[in-house]
Amino acid sequence: MEEIRTDVLVVGGGPAGLSAAAEAASAGADVLIAEGDLHLGGQLVKQSHKFFGSKDEFAGTRGFEIARLLRDEIAQCGDHVKIMLNTTVSGYYPDEKLVTAMVGEEEYVHISPKKIVLASGAQERLIPFPNNDLPGVYGAGAVQTLMNVYGVTPGKRVLMIGAGNIGLIVSYQLLQAGVEVAAILEAMPRIGGYWVHAAKVRRLGVPILLRHSISRAIGGDVVTGAMVCELDEKFAPVGEPQKVDCDTICLAVGLTPSNELLWQAGCKMKYVPFLCGHVPFRDKNMRTSNSDIWMAGDVCGIEEASAAMIEGRIAGMSAAASLGFKVSSENFEGCHARLHNLRAGEVGEKIRIGVSGVTVDGWEANV
Amino acid sequence: MNAPRSFESGVLTEERPGAVMPPQDRWREHKGGLVIVECPQRIPCNPCNTSCPTGAIMPFADINDVPQIDYAKCTGCALCVAKCPGLACFVADLTFGDGLALMKLPYEMLPSPAKGDRVECLGRAGENVCLGRVENVTEPLRDRTRVVHVSVPADKVNDVRAIRVV
Ligand SMILES: Cc1cc2nc3c(=O)[nH]c(=O)nc-3n(C[C@H](O)[C@H](O)[C@H](O)COP(=O)(O)OP(=O)(O)OC[C@H]3O[C@@H](n4cnc5c(N)ncnc54)[C@H](O)[C@@H]3O)c2cc1C
Repeated sequence: MEEIRTDVLVVGGGPAGLSAAAEAASAGADVLIAEGDLHLGGQLVKQSHKFFGSKDEFAGTRGFEIARLLRDEIAQCGDHVKIMLNTTVSGYYPDEKLVTAMVGEEEYVHISPKKIVLASGAQERLIPFPNNDLPGVYGAGAVQTLMNVYGVTPGKRVLMIGAGNIGLIVSYQLLQAGVEVAAILEAMPRIGGYWVHAAKVRRLGVPILLRHSISRAIGGDVVTGAMVCELDEKFAPVGEPQKVDCDTICLAVGLTPSNELLWQAGCKMKYVPFLCGHVPFRDKNMRTSNSDIWMAGDVCGIEEASAAMIEGRIAGMSAAASLGFKVSSENFEGCHARLHNLRAGEVGEKIRIGVSGVTVDGWEANV
Repeated sequence: MNAPRSFESGVLTEERPGAVMPPQDRWREHKGGLVIVECPQRIPCNPCNTSCPTGAIMPFADINDVPQIDYAKCTGCALCVAKCPGLACFVADLTFGDGLALMKLPYEMLPSPAKGDRVECLGRAGENVCLGRVENVTEPLRDRTRVVHVSVPADKVNDVRAIRVV
């Protein structure tokens, strides 16, 4: 079997992975990006809204445009970066330092990298309720993929569950696609996403019902509606459920890191609610307890593309530096400062606390 | 379904830091209008400042700060209206005349309205506030965020925040 060799293997071609690849390659390392999807960009390719953040991280630019800018940056790296699309990394064997991957559905390959940056992103959470297996119940990611990648609307009238940034933004994108949003339900007493995202859909007439949730989906063969209930302080249903007519129920109830490969690699992990799942311990340059593996982006805690890109740059530089390539300490300092600034405010508080609980001073012991 | 007009659900109910109306004196006289920013939550975001050509949206000490405006410098150019990812900037020109004000509102829906169209003007909770006339449609950054200039009765300036093409 063919065994592919590379200095740095980047698993996942989202904003974190592309940033890592660009930095490692511009330091001089040979980089291979393995991406399971048919295109690079990760979540960014589905984001038609303008991003928040600072100019350095392309704030005010639409997500899919940011993906294009990152792909351009990768193209500048010439032969230093090889890209394998439709290639899903399926396993890591720490003893042999061997990575296995599926190319398409038939071909199986071995990759033997000196160092790995894991940037596999996140997967969606779902919530249980009766009839949640009816056609018409979707995760927000699927709704976005249908709409923004394939140009297909999921239905005519959607009930959105969850008023975090994803629920709010996907609602806005549905409105842009001409789909009606019956309501956004949120179990908490306040929206979880940015206030301005909520204001944007509210002024277009979408009700946001706080302290509300879905109690069941209605329908025979497909979704025709949902029963919606109010919740008390303990999140128990109160009063009579109300019926909402809709043909689509969209769940936007959170993400959790896609951390399987980190487990396989034996990285030291911890469950951190503020980071939305099990995440690895890391030093400040994103190295895990396995001295061959770095990570960046949502896989090390659910955050934002802006942070994912900076973490990716740090991880890429650090992986390259460990192979003897020259990276200036100014570059590291600049990235650390930008990351610090992004997380400095109130909305960054949970991330700050979460990250500080899994950050170690160094891995000297096993490096 | 009826949702209460609460701040917690994304409806501005009163002035707050980051959501302050322009000073009346200057606003009444300033041709081109002044910006209204409704960004009352500290989030890590600053394109309003970096896109402002006159420095009216003041530099952020911390990227998480809410925007602060030096109204002496605001020209009502509406670049921030086009740039703000939260669609939280609006311009209102009270000098339009005939008891009307000209509002410059961000618009990212289809179809795009055309000059002369009558559109529904919506309030912060999507309620129908009044009809307005489209006076101009621009796309300052050529990035599909349009700025729709719509004339509305001057006393509706504090209520109108969006339009619907009917
Ligand atoms: C609706 C929505 C709106 C958002 N809005 C904003 C915003 O305004 N501002 C902001 O900063 N952020 C925003 N985000 C968040 C942002 O998109 C993510 O934080 C960011 O994409 C995370 O980057 P990542 O590279 O870690 O992961 P992803 O973008 O998820 O990329 C991971 C990539 O890895 C690939 N992959 C996974 N496993 C494997 C494997 N085993 N083998 C090969 N490839 C694999 C996936 O196919 C994917 O391409 C938004 C997200 C959503 C869903």
